[in-house]
This record gives sequence, C-alpha cells and structure tokens, in this order.
Amino acid sequence: MMRCPEFRYFAPDTVEEVVKILAEEGPRASLLGGGTDLVPNMKRRQQTPAVLVATRRVKELHNVENDATSARLGSGITLARIAASPTLRPWSALVRAAAQVATPHIRNTGTLGGNLCVDTRCNYYDQSYEWRKAIDFCMKKDGGVCWVAPGSPRCWAVSSTDCAPALIALDAQVELVSKGQTRIVPVAQLYNDDGIEYLARRPDELIASVRLGDPTGWRSTYWKLRRREAFDFPVLSVAAAVKLEGDRVVEARVVFGAVASRPVVADVSALIGNRLDDASIERVADSASKLAKPLDNTDFTLGWRKRVAKAYVSGALKELRGDDLETLGLLARRQSMLRVLS
Amino acid sequence: MSDNPDKKVDEFNLVGKARRRVDARAKVTGQARFADDLVLPRMLHCKLLRSRLPHAKIKSVTTDKARAAAGVRLILTGYDTPVPYGILPVSHDEHPLCTDKVRFVGDPIAAVIADSEEEATAALDLIHVDLEPLTTISDAEEALRIPEPRIHDYGDEGNLHKKVAFDFGDVDEALRNSERVFEDVFFYEGNTHLAIEQHATLAAIDDAAGPDGRLTVWSSTQTPHYLHRALAKALELDPARVRVVAIANGGGFGGKSDPFNHEIVVAKAALMLGRPVKICLTREEVFYCHRGRHPVLMKLRTGVSLDGKIKGMELQTLLDGGAYGSYGVASTFYTGALQTVTYKVPRYRFQGCRAFTNKPPCGPKRGHGTPQPRFGLEVQLDKIATALKLDPADLRLQQLVEPRSLTANYMSVETIGLGECIRRVVDGSGFRARRSGGKLPTPGDIAPVRGLGLACSSYLSGAGLPIYWNDLPQSGVQLQLDRSGRVTAFCGATEIGQGSDDVLALCVAEILGIEIADIKVLTGDTDLTPVDLGSYSSRVTLMMGNAAIEAATRARDLVAKAVSDKMGVPVEKLRFAERRVTFIDDPARVMSWQDAVILAEAKHGTLGTTGSYKPPRSAAKYKGGGVGPTPTYSYSAAVVEVEVDPVTGWYDVIKVWIGHDIGRALNPPLTEGQVIGSVYMGLGEALMEESTFRRLPPKLSGALVHKFPSMLEYKSPSTMEMPPVEVFLVEDPDSRGPFGAKEVGQGPLLPMMPAIANAIFDAVGVRVDEVPITAEKIARALDAATKGRPARVGPTKFPAVAWPEALKIAPPWEGGDGTASNDRPKKERMARPGEVPIGDAPIIRPEVRR
Amino acid sequence: MTSALAEGYTATMNRHATLSLKVNGDEREVAFAPHKTLLEVLREDLALTGTKHGCELGECGACAVLVDGRPVLSCLMLALECEGADVRTIEGMQEGAQLHPLQAAFADLGAAQCGYCTPAMLLTAKALLDDKPSATRDEIRASLSGVLCRCTGYLQIFDAVERAARILAARDREDHV
Ligand SMILES: Cc1cc2nc3c(=O)[nH]c(=O)nc-3n(C[C@H](O)[C@H](O)[C@H](O)COP(=O)(O)OP(=O)(O)OC[C@H]3O[C@@H](n4cnc5c(N)ncnc54)[C@H](O)[C@@H]3O)c2cc1C
Ligand code: SF4
Ligand code: FES
Ligand code: FES
Repeated sequence: MMRCPEFRYFAPDTVEEVVKILAEEGPRASLLGGGTDLVPNMKRRQQTPAVLVATRRVKELHNVENDATSARLGSGITLARIAASPTLRPWSALVRAAAQVATPHIRNTGTLGGNLCVDTRCNYYDQSYEWRKAIDFCMKKDGGVCWVAPGSPRCWAVSSTDCAPALIALDAQVELVSKGQTRIVPVAQLYNDDGIEYLARRPDELIASVRLGDPTGWRSTYWKLRRREAFDFPVLSVAAAVKLEGDRVVEARVVFGAVASRPVVADVSALIGNRLDDASIERVADSASKLAKPLDNTDFTLGWRKRVAKAYVSGALKELRGDDLETLGLLARRQSMLRVLS
Repeated sequence: MSDNPDKKVDEFNLVGKARRRVDARAKVTGQARFADDLVLPRMLHCKLLRSRLPHAKIKSVTTDKARAAAGVRLILTGYDTPVPYGILPVSHDEHPLCTDKVRFVGDPIAAVIADSEEEATAALDLIHVDLEPLTTISDAEEALRIPEPRIHDYGDEGNLHKKVAFDFGDVDEALRNSERVFEDVFFYEGNTHLAIEQHATLAAIDDAAGPDGRLTVWSSTQTPHYLHRALAKALELDPARVRVVAIANGGGFGGKSDPFNHEIVVAKAALMLGRPVKICLTREEVFYCHRGRHPVLMKLRTGVSLDGKIKGMELQTLLDGGAYGSYGVASTFYTGALQTVTYKVPRYRFQGCRAFTNKPPCGPKRGHGTPQPRFGLEVQLDKIATALKLDPADLRLQQLVEPRSLTANYMSVETIGLGECIRRVVDGSGFRARRSGGKLPTPGDIAPVRGLGLACSSYLSGAGLPIYWNDLPQSGVQLQLDRSGRVTAFCGATEIGQGSDDVLALCVAEILGIEIADIKVLTGDTDLTPVDLGSYSSRVTLMMGNAAIEAATRARDLVAKAVSDKMGVPVEKLRFAERRVTFIDDPARVMSWQDAVILAEAKHGTLGTTGSYKPPRSAAKYKGGGVGPTPTYSYSAAVVEVEVDPVTGWYDVIKVWIGHDIGRALNPPLTEGQVIGSVYMGLGEALMEESTFRRLPPKLSGALVHKFPSMLEYKSPSTMEMPPVEVFLVEDPDSRGPFGAKEVGQGPLLPMMPAIANAIFDAVGVRVDEVPITAEKIARALDAATKGRPARVGPTKFPAVAWPEALKIAPPWEGGDGTASNDRPKKERMARPGEVPIGDAPIIRPEVRR
Repeated sequence: MTSALAEGYTATMNRHATLSLKVNGDEREVAFAPHKTLLEVLREDLALTGTKHGCELGECGACAVLVDGRPVLSCLMLALECEGADVRTIEGMQEGAQLHPLQAAFADLGAAQCGYCTPAMLLTAKALLDDKPSATRDEIRASLSGVLCRCTGYLQIFDAVERAARILAARDREDHV
C-alpha cells in the first residue's frame, strides 16, 4: 500500500486563519483542497509538505455567486459542481474543462483552486521515489539533470490543468489572499514558464476565488486530447473563445494547455474583423499550432500531438461558428461525449 | 468421458441454463476475502528492497542500520534463501532474493519485516547495496548482438535463452511450388495483465515456531500446486508440512501463475520469526513481477495458390524474454504451435528464439505465446485476400482444418466450429456488403471512414502436459456425501474470477440430479483438496469438469445401488433429477435424494468418491511436441467495425461481432462474460496497452526502467472505450469436454488485434503491422502513402539468428508417425524427477556477509 | 470560531488522532495514525476490508466509497478530512439480509467475475441511481468511467445497472400505489 508521509494538519474555519498559518509556516506548508493531486504526490514523495492546511471547512471558499454578467467562484468548489451547474453554462469553456478532468470520482472531491495549482507533469517525475532513484532523480526533485532535455538549465514539465486554459480564454481573474493583502490578477499571470516554479503565486497566498467577466456575446469551448475518455490528464488542449458581432469576430482568444510548462496564449489577431470562414480558420490554426511545442514527456508522440493541435484549433473554431460537432470528425465526437457528463 | 454430450439443453437439469454463480453473493456483498484482507494476531509486514540498476554484480549488502531501525524484526538477504526455483524444471533460475547479481530494475535484493508497513518501508532506505554495473541488454536484438556479459550462465548461447527449429515436411519445396509467396515482418509489443488486485501473500506457521511448525501460505495465486512445490524446494521443507491456500483472487490472466519471490520470502520470514508475515505489493511492484506478453518480432512467409490455398508456411519468431526463464521455453514453442490448427497447412517450418534482457520477466498472458503469431497470420491472410482479390471470409472457409484430424505438426483437432463462427459473424455484421475496400483517403478529406475487418483464432482447452514431468492425473475431485443430502466437492482448482467453482458445483449437481445449493465447493487448498494443476491454459473447465463428472458418477452409482436394492428395481432404471431418485417405469416409486443418501451410507458406510482426469496421449512425439496438444481446441472468429479519422489517424471501435466455438455453454451469462472479457482485453492490446521501457542516454546513465509502471500511464480501456459486442456462441458439443464444453477464457481475445488491423486497412488503406495499433502509427502510414512510400508501418527486417539444426518431422500425409527422423531418443532427454534439470542456477551459500 | 482541528494535528505514525463519523449508518469513533487515508482507516482500523485497492494513487477506482452520498476515492481522501462525514461502504449496501437490487442484478448477470472491482462499481452505481433513477446507458457508462475492471469488459455491468434501475422503479411505483 502506498502511504502518505507524516505531516501536521490544520483545518481552520476562516480565510484569515488559513493565511495566518501560511504566513507562519512559509513554504513548508501546502494548502489541501480535495487532495487529489497532493495526496498521490505525497505518496510518491514528490511533495513532502511538513504542514497541510485544509480548505474544506472554510465556508466562504465554497460559495458560488453569479448573475448573468459575472461570477465569483470560491476556490473550494468541486469540479463536479462546476460541470453540473446550469448557471455557469454561459462560461462554456470552463464547464467543459471541469467536466473532463480525470474521473467522476475525482471531480467529486477535486477543487477548482487545486486544479489551477495542479503540479506540472512529466513521465520522469510522476513516479515513485524508488523509480526516480533508479534514474538518479531529475532536476524537478532531488536530482540535477533534466532527462527530457539533458543540456537544458530548466525543467520542462508540462502544465496539465484543464481549467486554466479555459479560464484564460475566458479572461478570468483569480483573487489571491495573503495575510493583510489581496491581489486580483488575470489567470494567465498565475503561471511562469518553468516546470519547477510554475506558479507565480507566493507560498503565503491562498487562491480565494476565481472571477468570471461578462459572457454576453461570447462563445467558448474546450477541446481536450487524451488517450482515454476517463482518468487521463490532457496531453494537448485547446480553449477557444470568440465574441461575434453579426458574423464578424470582434474579440478572440485561443489558449493551448499541456504543451508547455504553462498555458500558452496564441496570437489570433488575424481573426479580428473577419468572418469565421474556412480559410481564415485554417490560417489561424496553422500559425497558432506552431506555438504548440510539446516535448517527449507525456503520453503520445510529440509529432502527433502537434498534428492534432492544428486539427483541434480548427475544430474548436468551427464549433464556435456553429458547426454541428457531429460533422467535425472523430476527435470532435469525443468532445461531444460531454453532453452526457454535464 | 463426458456424460452424453449429445444431449439437448432441455434434457439437462442445470447445464446450459442461466444461473447465479455460486460465489456471486460473497462478491457483491464485500464478504469475499482476498489475500490482503487477511489479518492474523501478531502479524508483521514485509517490504522488499529492489534493484535500481538493470544489470549489476552485488558486491555487498549492508543492513545493520536498517536492522536497528524502529519496528524492524528481521532482514533477509539472498543468502537466507539460497535455493533457486522457477516454474519450469528446465529453468530454475530465480532466487527469492538476488544472491550474486541483479538482472533488472525491480529485482529484489533484501526484505525487511517490521511491525508496520510504514516501518518496513522506512527501513528500506537504510540498507546499503554496493553494486558493480554490468552492460545493459535492453532488447532481443541487443541480446543477439551482445553475447557477453551473459545475464544467465545457462541457455542455448550467449544471451539467447532458447532456440528451437522444426521442419514439418520440405517447406522450401512447397514455397517454390507456390504461385505466390507472401512475406511479412510483424512486431507485437509486450503488455501486461494488470489485474486490479495487486499480488498479496500471508504466511504463518501453526503450533510452535521452528522446524516442527507447519507452514501455511495464503496467496493470490493461480497455481497453488506449483507454488506448493516451489516453496518446498526453495525453503528445503518437507512438502507434507506446507499448505498453500489459493484465496479469492482479484484477477489473474496468467499474471499470478508463477511462484513469486515475495511468496517465498514471507514464508521464510514466518518460519524464522514464528509470526504471521504479510506482503502486499504496490502497483509498481506488480509491474516488476510481470510475466506478461512477450514482445515478439516475427517473419512469416506463406506460399499460396492463386485461389488462396496455403501450400507451405515458414515462421520465425524472436521473443524478448526479460530477465528470467519463467514459462519462457513454453512461450517460445507456443509462438509456433497453433499456427496450423485453423487452416490446412500442408508443410510448416517454425524457428523460435527467446532472448534474455534486463527487464522484468515475460511469461504467460491470456493466449500464452499465440496471439503474436496469430496476429501475423490473420493480417497476412487479409493481405493475401486483397492481393488475390478474394473475399477474406471465403479465403478462410475454403481451407479449414477437418474435424478429427491431425495437423502438419501433429496437433490433433477434434471438433471445429470455426466455419460456423465465421458464417455467424460475417452474416451478423453484414461483412461482405459493408466493407469499404481499403482505399487511401483523398487528401483534404476530413470525414471519418468506416471499415470492417475479420480474423479468426484457436486456443487450447488445457495444455496436454503438466509443467513438470509426471504420469499423474492433472485434475482430481473428491466428493463427500453428508446425511443431510449436502455434497461437498473438493478440488485443487483455483477460482480466479473465471467461474471455476461454479463449473465444479454444476458438474456434480447435474450428475446427481440435485440443486446447486446442495453443493458446497472447497477449492485451491493443498491440505484439503486433491491436486489440480491450476488456472492456466484454459484447462479447468475441461479437466476438473471431467474429474468431477467421474467422481459424481461414482457417487451416483453408490446411491443407485442402495436404492435399487431397496426398491428392487435395476439401477439403469433409476433417474436422478429434482433432488429425487425415481423409478423410470413407475414414477410413483420415488425417494428423496436425502433419503437415498442415508440408505447408501447405511449400505456402504461413509460415502466418498474420487474422480480424476488425464488428457489423452498426444500424437506429437517429437521433442518440443509437448507444447500445443490439448484434449480439444476452441475456435473464434470476429468482425470488428472501426471508424477512422483520415487527418489524425484516430479511430473508434464501433462494434464487435464475435463467434466462439464453445462446444457447450455450461452457464450462458458466465460463458458470454468470458467472451466479452476476452474481447475487452484484446481491444486493450490492440488499441493502447504496451509495456515499454526507457533507456536513458547511455553516456549519462545505464538506467533501463519501465516507462510507466502505473495504472494511469499504462493505458487500459475504461468504460468509455468499450464498444457494443454481439456474441454468437456456437455449440457443437465435443465428446472430450464435460457435457461437451470447450474452453472460453482465452480464445476470444486472439482475433481482436488482427481484426482491428484488417478493419483499419479496409477503412483507410494502410497497414499497421504492429501491435498496438495506435492513431500515431496510422497517421504515419497515411503520411508515407502521401509521399509515395508504402502505406505501412511496421518492422522491415528480421535479424540473422544462428538457428539450430531443425528437427525433421514428416507430416501425417507424407508418411510421418509424429517422431523426428533426427531426434535423440526420448529417454536421454527427459528430465526425470531427482535429476538436476538443465537451467538450475547454483545454490550459493558463502559465508554470510551482513 | 476556532475548531479543535485548527490547533493542528501532528500526523506522525505513532500518535493517534480520533474522529467521529458515520459508517454504514452507525456512529463510529475511531483512533488512527493521522497520516492515513480513509481507505487505510476503513480497512485497517475499522476492519471493513470490502473496500479494495489497486493503486492507492487515484488511478483505478477500486477504492471508491460513498461519502455523503457521493462516490469518492478513499485512497485520496485523508481520514482527517472525514470528521462528521457519512460514509457508506459495500458492507452497508445490503438491505438487511436481502441483497440490494443492484447486488442481485450484478450476481445474476455475470457483472462480478473476480469481484475485485465490484464493491466500487456497486457503490458508484448506487449513487447514480439514487440521483438519476432512470439513467440512460450513456449515463451509466460515464458515471462508472472512474472504475476500471479487467475481467468483465463492462457490458454485463451496464446490463446489471439497467436491470436494477427497472426493479427499483417498479418498487417505487408499488410504494406509490
Ligand atoms: C488519476 C488522476 C487523473 C487526473 N486527471 C486530471 C485531469 O485530467 N485534468 C486535471 O486538470 N487534473 C487531473 N488530475 C489532478 C487533480 O485531480 C485535479 O487537478 C484536481 O482538480 C485537483 O484539485 P484538488 O482540490 O484535489 O487539489 P489538491 O490536491 O488539494 O491540491 C493541488 C495543489 O493545489 C494547491 N492548492 C489547493 N487549493 C488551493 C488554493 N485554494 N489556493 C492555492 N493553492 C491551492 C495545493 O497546495 C496543491 O499544491 C488527476 C488526478 C488523478 C489522481
Ligand atoms: S522536464 Fe526534466 S527536470 Fe522536469 S520533471 Fe521532466 S525530467 Fe525532470
Ligand atoms: S486504490 Fe486505485 S483509485 Fe484508489
Ligand atoms: S470483476 Fe474482476 S476487475 Fe472487475
């Protein structure tokens, strides 16, 4: 049986208490949401926090406040709740991303805050202590070399959160609370391009909430690539959002997940002012997918993931212009399974 | 042997009727106890320290720090258990804990026994192992190239464990005389069983500790009898003082049919400490136990006439065996043995070679050694059909092996329902009308394309020979009849989920005309039950079933004698049904089963009978002919429909139609469950499952590690990937099976991989001559086609192997008698009990260095 | 208000934490090593070994139990997080001596082969039918997608859930007559 190492455990009732403990304990403390990322990592000794601060009992982190033009989601709400929420439907990309995380069981406990902070992933790292010992460890934990790119000074572990790309495409913001301070930053700014220091969040900060802006006029979607339609982390994902006036695009965002150490925002300015016709979609898909530069540390070969990146961008944009998913090929049909999930 | 296999289903009391299986209630209520569920007073916990190098000499193992750690009770190293063991007598090449060297990452070096699992785990890190690295041999082709250092100091040559070669007739001539000769090279990647239950074992001694104690081992094993033997051998114990209990098993599929090092280690610890010791492996450690599907490179040359009839076939296989022998010698033979039992092959050459490599040992997985060459054969037949413009179903139907005949390699075929299987799946799927025809997509097409593929297969209903040479029954059943009317059936067979306990109860109840509820089954306990060799090679239903029928018939005879005396009617005139014994001519003269049993006990004394089963002698008398024969073969045919995305190569399996020649379905939902479960596992192999390894840049590191020993990254299909399956059970009762039944647990897996490859070709015109058949490979083949290269992905070369001189065996139709003209006499080559078998590793007992 | 837990628990192996929770309807107090997950506490401290495990990392689903009516993975949930929770395991699924209709359907239709994934499948299916009594086959498939089974190929499991749904619905109709 894989078991957790020892730790000290706090389960405070208020945000104030949470951030007080974080401030006192410093980087040796970890927040505990649903534990669906942290607990396996602790069992594999990838993370061995001396202190766990549970968010479970903090009521205000479990609130959802929303109306037609904005939403404030407590970071402690579960992914299952997001996926099933009728009032969050206008922020479709997020609902779809949440509905495709892991498995129904994990979505019942995994939280939004935990999902945004989920550890970056790599085949050389997501292994037991003994396995990692057999390769003399790697730079991300206990070792010196990066086995994916042995000459490289940095770690290339992959950002594997489903919700972050969706939230960036929706231009969402996070509320970071620390002792005596609150800052609100765009989700995109939560991440660094580094497999080890992947979060720009300070260790004493709690993600208290996620804020979603006015969805009026926007359409959004989220396409996820994984080998199985359950369990698997994304090995490529595309979140896309467009705002249309008539049939013209006035604003657009396309974000890749799981192709780098942070979500990658594509330049889709070429869409602005145009119709979402096949030609402009292909152009954008072509140039955008060049940004997806996966490495060989996840499932599937990288060449193939690149090929799918292009198909996904174009598929997602066609879905947003109103094409029926059934007509968009097999990979699109995999996305349509969501109708069952949510 | 069987009780009137020609009966119609409605003439049976219970056979053929859907029924709740005997062990169902325990399983749906959580009461079934698996090995890790057991807890005994004063129980200790064991963890193993495993090698982190793939190939190295052990210079020293320092354990003092660990010994002093909190909670630690005992530390064992290789010198505590120096006697080697192994499943096959020809390869006793494993040690419970490594003595002189380690052979793969995960090979166990030391064991810590402590009060808690946490303490045992913590102490592992305190053991210091000094290793001197040796050259890593990472795959079979490297093993061919690098004979030194040898992974083992036995085997046919260098790092080649086993080489075999057979000529059944003049194959060269047959190929010369063929109108067309098709040559293909295929690769089948290794994969693993992935039973959801991790292996666990509890060992305890009863009475006092020490040499007088009796050892009991409860384990998640498929082969308690072989484990019994291995424990006695490796621990130098009197087998009469060892008891193995095969407890409820959370999935086997072949992965729990070797005796394992952890089983022997906890037994040793229990003996030394006089306390119960338990181990439950982590998932990663289960990947290191492995014994899964061998990666096999194959070259297949088949000569045919223009109407597609096979004239001669030549097969070469190269197996990557991993670090130990396991069942590997048998696996090697199996890659050749069953190529001939579906379609007539007049002349056949088979050459097989198994290499040692520094990876977890391969062994038997569902289909043992035969899915790989079956994949090659069925894909090649599809190519032949395309090239000769023949219908793939007709191509096969026109040359099926005849019932009750011998093949070129002297496999004896009894009933063969393959033709019916093919017809049912072809009609059911609309195969002939709905195929797309194997056209390449036109560039720019994005619409998904459908395709259908057909493939067939065959499998054993039990291996003809036991693992070790003996002349004894392969399955035994003992019945005890109680005055209450209850009948207890004892058998060494092992319920691993396949439903063998249910078959046992059924066979007994059917013959005695009583209810399933009247039967109590007690299985898989070497102290209490007569030997059955275990749950492998799909042998249990046939062998145990026949033994049970014999025992029950004897019991019925005893009861009948007593009733006939009492009623004054002849025994033949008694009918056993509905818990009654009835005089056929006057049904008013009837006696309850319970009264009849009481009468019989009064007449004969305490009632008990036995039955046993030994397969018929095989016609294959040449050396190596022991692998492949069976009392009777099962047959399967499948059509698979896929839908392929021409842009990315992604595909979905839309539906599966599968026909299986079962002989007789004893309990239809269970039979269908075995078919669907096999289809599922075959789909897993075809779509995604692979055991692959990571070699770090050799300049920086000698590491060779399992790429992803986890359930998340070793991909296996979830509910979302499972397509609908239409099952056709073809019932042509076989007189050798119990009530006519044949095997079902493995055969239906085999056609899945080639049927999918053939369906992909039908859809998008590309050939993936490799398993698994992934979207990435399809995309690569599509790209190759666009660039004007062959629309194919797969290996192109088979390396040179110095094959031994072939045994020359003339086929039956060329005057052969099943022996080889150039064979050594049988007496010389048979390892007799007591003789030191060939692959026995040395016993190393140097001064204890701790 | 500061809770007792907020004082901090030192989760070392040798010290014990206690917690009260409801297990299969009974109020239980249990003392356990605080680093343990719910899976370990159920199996090792409450002797409820019907809950299985195949990976302990969230990757197989065999350890699923119901917490407050919802299927979760007991191997990923720290026992400390279960204070006051309502936990249901396979041992609490029967209705007295009677099998729950799901259990009966699993038993009759071949949905349990080795039986190792069965507790998790059954509890997950129960949560589904409690929530959606007339779940479609696609919903059944999706809701069970977090539990792997290597024996059955799943189809007979889907059949069994469908049959149980029909039986439960019929029972419901009778109750309303
Ligand atoms: C088999 C398996 C499959 C998975 N598949 C996916 C997948 O497909 N997609 C995916 O995105 N994830 C996946 N996950 C990861 C994980 O389950 C989810 O990301 C989940 O949402 C994490 O949430 P949690 O509450 O359980 O996080 P936790 O494990 O509790 O925490 C994760 C990290 O976030 C930090 N954290 C938690 N809450 C906060 C907060 N409020 N503020 C700041 N930091 C916080 C923690 O300290 C920790 O570092 C998978 C996990 C498993 C075991
Ligand atoms: S990318 Fe390199 S450093 Fe980072 S986890 Fe993987 S191997 Fe380690
Ligand atoms: S034990 Fe595998 S998911 Fe919990
Ligand atoms: S019944 Fe064996 S794993 Fe599901």
